[in-house]
Amino acid sequence: MPTAVFEARQITKTYQMGEVEVQALRGVDLDLFEGELTVLLGLSGSGKSTLLNILGGLDVPTSGTVRYCGEVLDTDDDATLTRFRREHVGFVFQFYNLIPSLTARENVALITDIAEKPLTPEEALQLVGLGQRLDHFPAQLSGGEQQRVAIARAIAKQPHVLLCDEPTGALDASTGIVVLEVIERINRELGTTTAVITHNAIIGQMADRIVRLSEGHIQSAAANPQRRPAAELSW
Amino acid sequence: MLAIHRKLLRDLAHMKGQVVAICLVIACGIATFVMSLSTLASLQETREVYYERYRFPHLFVSLKRAPETLRQRLEEIPGVRAVELRIVSEVTLDMPSMDEPAVGRLISIPETHRPRLCNLHLRAGRYVEAGRDDEVIVSEAFADAHELKPGDSVTAILNGRLQTLRIVGVALSPEYVFQIRGGEMLPDDRRFGVFWMGETALAAAFDMTGAFNNVMVSLMRSAAEEDAIKRVDDLLEPYGGLGAYGRDEHVSDRYLSDEIRSLRGMGMIAPAIFLSVAALLLNIVLGRLIGTQREQIAALKAFGYSNCDVGRHYLGFVLVIVLTGSLIGTIGGMLMARGLTRAYAEFYRFPILQYRLDASIVVLGFAIALSAGVLGALIAVRRAAKLPPAEAMRPEPPKSFRDTLLERLGLQRLLPPSTRMILRNLERQPVKTTLSILGIALSVSVLVLGNFMEDSLDYLIDQQFQIAQRQDVSVALVEPASGTIVHDMTHLPGVIRVEPIRGVATRMRFGHRSRRVGITGMPPNMQLYQLLDAKRQRLEVPPEGLLISDKLARILEVRPGQSVTVEVLQEERPVRDIPIVGVIDDYSGLAAYMSLDALNHLMHEGETVSGLYLTADGANHKQLYSELKSSPHVASVTIRTGMLQTFRETMGENLLRMKAWNVFFASVIAIGVVYNSARVSLSERSRDLATLRVIGFTRQEISLILLGELAVLTLVAIPVGLLIGRGLGELVALGLDTELYRIPLVITPKTYGFAAVVTLIASVLASLIVRRRLDQLDLVAVLKTRE
Repeated sequence: MPTAVFEARQITKTYQMGEVEVQALRGVDLDLFEGELTVLLGLSGSGKSTLLNILGGLDVPTSGTVRYCGEVLDTDDDATLTRFRREHVGFVFQFYNLIPSLTARENVALITDIAEKPLTPEEALQLVGLGQRLDHFPAQLSGGEQQRVAIARAIAKQPHVLLCDEPTGALDASTGIVVLEVIERINRELGTTTAVITHNAIIGQMADRIVRLSEGHIQSAAANPQRRPAAELSW
Repeated sequence: MLAIHRKLLRDLAHMKGQVVAICLVIACGIATFVMSLSTLASLQETREVYYERYRFPHLFVSLKRAPETLRQRLEEIPGVRAVELRIVSEVTLDMPSMDEPAVGRLISIPETHRPRLCNLHLRAGRYVEAGRDDEVIVSEAFADAHELKPGDSVTAILNGRLQTLRIVGVALSPEYVFQIRGGEMLPDDRRFGVFWMGETALAAAFDMTGAFNNVMVSLMRSAAEEDAIKRVDDLLEPYGGLGAYGRDEHVSDRYLSDEIRSLRGMGMIAPAIFLSVAALLLNIVLGRLIGTQREQIAALKAFGYSNCDVGRHYLGFVLVIVLTGSLIGTIGGMLMARGLTRAYAEFYRFPILQYRLDASIVVLGFAIALSAGVLGALIAVRRAAKLPPAEAMRPEPPKSFRDTLLERLGLQRLLPPSTRMILRNLERQPVKTTLSILGIALSVSVLVLGNFMEDSLDYLIDQQFQIAQRQDVSVALVEPASGTIVHDMTHLPGVIRVEPIRGVATRMRFGHRSRRVGITGMPPNMQLYQLLDAKRQRLEVPPEGLLISDKLARILEVRPGQSVTVEVLQEERPVRDIPIVGVIDDYSGLAAYMSLDALNHLMHEGETVSGLYLTADGANHKQLYSELKSSPHVASVTIRTGMLQTFRETMGENLLRMKAWNVFFASVIAIGVVYNSARVSLSERSRDLATLRVIGFTRQEISLILLGELAVLTLVAIPVGLLIGRGLGELVALGLDTELYRIPLVITPKTYGFAAVVTLIASVLASLIVRRRLDQLDLVAVLKTRE
């Protein structure tokens, strides 16, 4: 049995959206294992993004605990969470969240500037196949390229875990596959524990394990016996 | 360079219009700060060194005549360090370039050595030599005005005898840094000059050999000034002492002190206005920037940038803007200060008035600007730092709108939808709306403040030179004379009317407060000099009792109906309690008036006259002046039009320069505020506006919505600004309310109108700049961006 990187227990999350109270998570138990690529599947509003944010220390649960490598994450202490994110987690977002005023290289440098043992921005961009586009601004890159810059930025610090929130959500299928290949490569070659959130069930086929979420609950969690390379996927 | 710093610089470059606007506002504030405080420091330091090196005394006193043997007793007064005995006398000068006579003040100096007190600083020529009884040194101000140099000569009437004075030197004295005759409002270098003459020669000319009529005393550091004044007065009383006074009543020093004080005031008020505006602009602009960068903030935090890192990053904007603005301001302030110092060098006669910028002022300026900037940005920066990363990833929740006050009042049918959008937007962001209004209002107030001086001076000139003074010429006599001189004067060429006055030096006491005040006796129903109350109503001198300056009443804390103790400082020195009958509104010096008969009665004298007011037929002025110049009774002659001309020339030039600066400053503020408000509104609403364009609104219609908002802000701000301007005017008038002069608070509708129009023009300019961006709105791109 591989060791659990994350152990989430009885996680609930309620938040206020304008004048409406939203119950995003209603008691979730979840483990993510070392080196595994997990895909969290669910429809929009199922709570998967909230769960990922809590695991990554971006958000705090209303109740429940998160353990990271056996240690309870002190979600009350902002400084601890910041350090946790800085040292251990790489994020990839659906809308890339690149800084528009910085070039590809500089966007990655944002991370390498503050990380302990980072790759160089050039190495990170090389890894995602963008070695030729170092000095382009986000506005000069295609959506797929922007997402690959975002991935380079996430992995440049050589994180222990890589959390991807709908990384292909804003991309067409062929571009999406290129991005998934990059994520797969990172997982394989660097051994980075990876979680990918998506509403696209096909992407689940590339996972070691598939977790389905619905209305704030885990519906099912099962190993994927026939993991397929990302390149073979299509939708 | 770290990537996050690159982001800072690129973001700044992206919003350069706004950055430049805020930088300029800060620059204006720091420029006035640096200019005022550094000039002040230069002035203060120069004065201190000058006084020290040329031994400016601490006490001054004039008297009728006393023997030189008194010197030892003066020197024995405890605390006295040095005593200088002098002969001072005013004479009429006949300057070839002028029809009218000028006034020369002759001051004795020892021939064998330099004066122990008030030493002269020779600019040209040499010191007087013993045994030459016609040598004089002339004050530089007068020499400049008449282009006199060593070797030239001037003609004066000394004690009734025409005499040629040969100029051997041109000099400065710490006593006449500001060369002005007591009782006048501005220096008149053409008509008033100071001459230093060997004491033997001067004593001989005025029959004062072995005697003196003026004393200067310097005190030891430990000496008690009040005590020394009392002892000097006691000692000189039998010799017609007119009361000793300290530096605080010395005209030249007093002007300098007041100037320093008003510079300090300017160094506070103006930067306070500009930096408040800068602070509120930073608040608005940074608030919006952080609003648009929510997702970037979230990303930074997700990657492990701490709240502090993010806060520091946004404070970096403040830092760059403030430092750039302060740097521009410091350079501008230095240039302005050089100009101001040059202007001062015309008014204030120092051996050298060198402008020097003290580093501490620059540091202080930067520190103040930085504090203002940080204070302004604090709320926005805190919001960025506190923004929870997951929250920042979601778009801002839809803004909740409510019906506006107008609509709740049921007036919605009167408002078209575009107007409703404008009003709802303004009402939904009360803080931003208020700050924008306040910012524009401050620019209005700067304009009001800038022009209020002109209004006040116009009022003052009108009051002083048109309503109060109606004479053509005023004449001071060498000695008080009998009333028959009025009759004699009537026969001078062209004279139409002559009215006598009598001036008497007194010390006026009420309780423990006292002031040296000259009482002027006036005949009943005087036509050529009128006393006015605060409502410009004419006041008659009462048969008994005193009318005094409002300022004097405030200093003595005395009200009409109460009596003051008047100690006359000349002749028989009577002391009497005299009731205050009323207060008059005047703007220079401290004055007291009573009926000529009552004053002569108080002095136990028959009809006595010490000065005359004349009107004369214009065609005969030249002849009249020439007669007056040669009259042995006439000590000095003052021409009203000459005074008025000098006043207008000096003030006019300064005011014009000031007005130009004020318009510039106010425009910087107005454009800064309106432009930034507009840019922020545009950024907040570009989606809405693009949507409106897509569904068929025209460019004009969407411009109306955005620019209408600015119009509402500007229109609301104008009356607010006028009120603030008036309040600031009151503050300034209060600051200028001194014993030497006062400024009435008068603001004409023209000034209010000017302020409103300039602000409107600035707003329109700023709106047009933004309007251009509105035309470039990319409809498709805007709609494609993420909700």
